[in-house]
Amino acid sequence: MEKTRILNDNRSDLRQKRSEPRSQRVAALHDEQTKTSIPHKNLTAIGHCGRLLHCRLNLCSNSMNGAQSKAETEAAVLVRVTGITKRFGNVTVLKDAQLEVRSGEVHVLAGENGAGKSTLVKILAGVHTEFDGRIEISGREVYPQTPLEANSLGIAVIHQELSLIGSMSVADNVFLGRMQTRGGLVRDTAQCEQAVHWIRQLGLDIDVRQPVEQFPIAVQQLIEIAKALSRNARVIIMDEPTSALNAPEVERLFDLIHWLKQRGCGVVYISHKMEEIERIADRITVLRDGQWIGTAAAKDLPAPRLIQWMVGREMDEQFSRRTLHAGGERLRLENFSVFPNGFSKNPAVQSVSLSVRAGEILGIGGLQGSGASELFHGWFGSYGSATRGAAFLDGKEVRFTAPRQAIESGVALLTNDRKASGLVLSLSIIANVTLAGLPALSPGGWRRPKRERETADKITSLLRLRAASLDLEAGTLSGGNQQKVAIAKWLQVRPRLLLLDEPTRGIDIGAKREIYQLMEEWTAQGIAILLITSEMPELLKLSDRIIVLHRGNFAAEFSRGKATPEAVLAAAMGSNPSAPSEGFQN
Amino acid sequence: MTVDSKTGADNLLKRVVTSPAGRAFLALLLVLIIGAIFNADGAFFKIGTHRDTLRQASVYGILACGMTLVIISGGIDLSVGSVLALVAVCCAQTAIHWNWSAWLVAPACLLIGGCCGGVSGFVAARLGVQPFIATLSMMVLARGLAKYASGGMKVSTAIMNADGTFRYVEVPRLFRVVDHRILGGNLSVVTLIFAACVAVAWVLMSKHRWGRYLYAIGGNEEASRLSGIPVVAAKTLAYVASGIFAAVAGICQAAQEQQGDPEAGMGYELMAIAMVVIGGTSLMGGRGGIGLTLLGVLTIGYLDKILSINAVPEAGRLVLTGIIIVVAVLTQRRRRT
Repeated sequence: MEKTRILNDNRSDLRQKRSEPRSQRVAALHDEQTKTSIPHKNLTAIGHCGRLLHCRLNLCSNSMNGAQSKAETEAAVLVRVTGITKRFGNVTVLKDAQLEVRSGEVHVLAGENGAGKSTLVKILAGVHTEFDGRIEISGREVYPQTPLEANSLGIAVIHQELSLIGSMSVADNVFLGRMQTRGGLVRDTAQCEQAVHWIRQLGLDIDVRQPVEQFPIAVQQLIEIAKALSRNARVIIMDEPTSALNAPEVERLFDLIHWLKQRGCGVVYISHKMEEIERIADRITVLRDGQWIGTAAAKDLPAPRLIQWMVGREMDEQFSRRTLHAGGERLRLENFSVFPNGFSKNPAVQSVSLSVRAGEILGIGGLQGSGASELFHGWFGSYGSATRGAAFLDGKEVRFTAPRQAIESGVALLTNDRKASGLVLSLSIIANVTLAGLPALSPGGWRRPKRERETADKITSLLRLRAASLDLEAGTLSGGNQQKVAIAKWLQVRPRLLLLDEPTRGIDIGAKREIYQLMEEWTAQGIAILLITSEMPELLKLSDRIIVLHRGNFAAEFSRGKATPEAVLAAAMGSNPSAPSEGFQN
Repeated sequence: MTVDSKTGADNLLKRVVTSPAGRAFLALLLVLIIGAIFNADGAFFKIGTHRDTLRQASVYGILACGMTLVIISGGIDLSVGSVLALVAVCCAQTAIHWNWSAWLVAPACLLIGGCCGGVSGFVAARLGVQPFIATLSMMVLARGLAKYASGGMKVSTAIMNADGTFRYVEVPRLFRVVDHRILGGNLSVVTLIFAACVAVAWVLMSKHRWGRYLYAIGGNEEASRLSGIPVVAAKTLAYVASGIFAAVAGICQAAQEQQGDPEAGMGYELMAIAMVVIGGTSLMGGRGGIGLTLLGVLTIGYLDKILSINAVPEAGRLVLTGIIIVVAVLTQRRRRT
């Protein structure tokens, strides 16, 4: 009760703050910081550094070290967020989450897909500004309203997708948004000199006048870090920074992280890879389903315990697959590899073999970057002929180089992003439902609107779609109903094999249950299902068998009942000793 | 009771204002009302005025039909003006100088237009060049071909003899038929051809599978591809269709001018795009329709006519038309809900 009241107070305080114009707010902030930093209140005021744009790193870190020796542990807290609750519509993605980053530590933020890690980071980085809770940066309550503002407060995020502008030079990128000008003209030489300084600090020797896109992704990441340092970032958040790096590059990044630690920065590190977490974490905070589970020193949280923290939730007993209707083998993949970026690049999926029988649900587990979605798309023909290996559908060898061929063979792929690749939001429900089956519905090319309507009506009522009219644009529907339209499109072509990629993503619990029920019905009709889901209970409850992928490789297989959340997650994170991962060794 | 009827009227007004068709219709109505007020001493109420308006808007309108298909598929076709000129030249050359029969001239012209569209479609859809660039190249290329085929001069009924004197041949039958008026001189054949083009395009877009494909591709190309739609073929065909409509417009242009002018159709592509956009078809693709384009064609056609019968000089006419296009498009913009 007490807590709620405080939260509310914060909230009103926040609103008040927001009602002021931003310039005023920032100015006020800077004043406060200047005040705090004048009497020797140890240099935790990281925003203070933000003011001195030209302050050299070594200069800054010297004073930091001096301050640190005096500082108590508590005083070294750079960022503290507490009681963060964030909703998207009626879905709560963060509930009372908290995080504390200290100077000179690597703080790993761990959790399954959808645990709320990215949302928390985005709140800290000023991307999401509507939330409940409190952010303290070096002891001051601050609410960054834009990424730029978060930047000037000393927070930098190195995203999975880098935020560099590829066609601009390294120097221009480092000074993006705060160009050094004289009389309105960019001081190019001065910028380049300073950019070289920052780049050299990271042990990198490149021509800063070259466009960023010429450099490999690992170098681009370092440029991003240089950009952060040049803005006096004190808290650097890295969101799966190693996902695109090879082993030596990962080593270099880890050296750099060590160097950042020594200079008193706090590093927030998000990773799905156990070996990385074990190597670099000082402290670990675990989120699960948007809730804070705990924070502990890395040595107190060995892998099994960490995994238990990540998955240990109450199972929802409401849904449970009742019967196994397995028939003959529907699909067999042998040594299937997928090369979405061309054969010269690393494959997203490497030599995966699997089989699924009619009426069976084969769950595919794996964390982000496991290659499960790419496996679906590769076999479905989305990447053209960029695949290797053999596939047998009902015993006959097939090879799809276009989605159309797969659809004609009775295969349907429900993609994991209904807005980007599932639905045409500007078209009516009827048009979306009949999109994949239009050739059969329009013999000779001429459409039969009445037949289309009847078909759409039949399928949508089967799926219990709630819409005022089938003529509504798909974009006007709620998430759950949109998902049903996407599913209806595939049922309309009467598939014998369904590839479901996150069929319940972003929909409410009621709609989820209905989709589970439908999957039960489909398997009873003999349809085989391959299921990708990032929700562990869903994977365990729905699948008759589970295979787990780790970085594009087969990691483990479990039969129904043998799979435990801990074992599946351990395999997905590559810490299964029986299946050595490709992590750093390659 | 009175309250009910009032809200009913409000709802009707709201429906009209929120639907693209309703807004396009309101714009046309507004232009017609302006015409009725500034009627230039009754000139606006003469049937001849309307006949001329429709006749003058027809060539643009035919281009706009093809343009609508391409824009709905998420592309744009800048080459239609040049293709029109190329076809006009070829049409004049074959019909006047080579004395081909109309039954041969027309299909040959449509073939030329279709081929031009096919090439820009191939470059845009198959090779993945941005439609703006692909059709810009075709715009320059077709203009060059038109000048090459005509030797840089207008292809007319005046034929130079070996001794440098001119002899005049008869205007071919194809030209006379297309430039004819029917119903006691109250309706141009060109307008009928425009109406036929609208009908064909409407049937394709709303009754044929291919039309649905174009809407889907314009709305979400990736989802369309993953739903098994032959995206490349459907998009290429949209450009082919646009080329064929441009060829029809070229024949009409040649017939009206009784010559093939390699400089014809300059800037027509922009007028066609303006008509499509004023109708309410989205340049982003996926939304719109032929009916809307028809309203857009009439709006701009009447606007131009009203300004000209009120003796507004051409300079002022262009300035006003530009302003009105912007205002119309601003009111058409979808409001975020």
